[in-house]
Amino acid sequence: MGISGQDLIYACSAIGAGLAMIAGIGPGVGQGIAAGHGASAVGRNPGAKGDITTTMLLGQAVAETTGLYGLVVAFILMFVKPFS
Amino acid sequence: MILCEADFAIKGLVNYQMFGHTFWLTSTHVSMIIVTVVLLIFAFAANRCMKKAKDVPTGFQNVVEIIVEMLGNMVKTNMKQPKKFMNYIGTLFLFILICNLSGLLGLRGPTADYGVTLCLGLITFCLIQYNGIKCQKAGHFKALFEPIPLFFPINLIGEIATPISLSLRLFANMLAGTIIMALWYGLIPLVVVKLGIPAFLHAYLDLFSGCIQTYVFCMLTMVYVDDKM
Repeated sequence: MGISGQDLIYACSAIGAGLAMIAGIGPGVGQGIAAGHGASAVGRNPGAKGDITTTMLLGQAVAETTGLYGLVVAFILMFVKPFS
Repeated sequence: MILCEADFAIKGLVNYQMFGHTFWLTSTHVSMIIVTVVLLIFAFAANRCMKKAKDVPTGFQNVVEIIVEMLGNMVKTNMKQPKKFMNYIGTLFLFILICNLSGLLGLRGPTADYGVTLCLGLITFCLIQYNGIKCQKAGHFKALFEPIPLFFPINLIGEIATPISLSLRLFANMLAGTIIMALWYGLIPLVVVKLGIPAFLHAYLDLFSGCIQTYVFCMLTMVYVDDKM
């Protein structure tokens, strides 16, 4: 079985892309906490549902950023192939 | 083999030589021209409509008033001097929104190109620094050395990271949407899965995500600028 250096680089890039997506854990936890607190806030004060939803979505979108950095790294490793 | 060629890359259409470099006119430029033309047509139509505005709005005048009122309220609730920034935030909002929604029409969204979003982020960065220097004078630079001078490098990195994080957020969201849609359309050579399911994907990735990211970009721009005033 002949594995050239190029093949090895592609394989390691794919593994690295998979490892980079571990970054998705953080935003998942963060967004879940935000959504949970949003739900309890609506339960306590149903009148302020609009404001709460807006604030929650804004916070979630900001919390998503770190996960997206991991996504960008994974995309670069998979499609731009910087090491080949 | 199930995996077909997924097609989401930026395509170069025309190239030309200038100053010893090769420049490309890409699909991003074409999409941006289409978006700009749509916005211009909308602007002219709105202008013509508002010239003969009635007290009781009907039809198209309603739409224009809703948009202006919504943007105005958004700026008013978040900024100390809303009059100065309503133009910029409104332009930014409409441009990014139409760019994000252009994925629905089969275009490759201009915001899925880092060149576009980085430019938007840098404009915001210039606005932040300009307003900081204008409103706080020397205090703007003194804030870099607070609470102790040792923190200068960290504060500097924090300032420079603002446009990068702002632009990467929008870019990565739209790129993820574009890639997932391209994979779905190109991955499985089966007609059945392309009949109803892409509607849900479009609804989430283009409509929901695009609107949220537009709102977040404008909101963060307002918050950052307002911090310096």
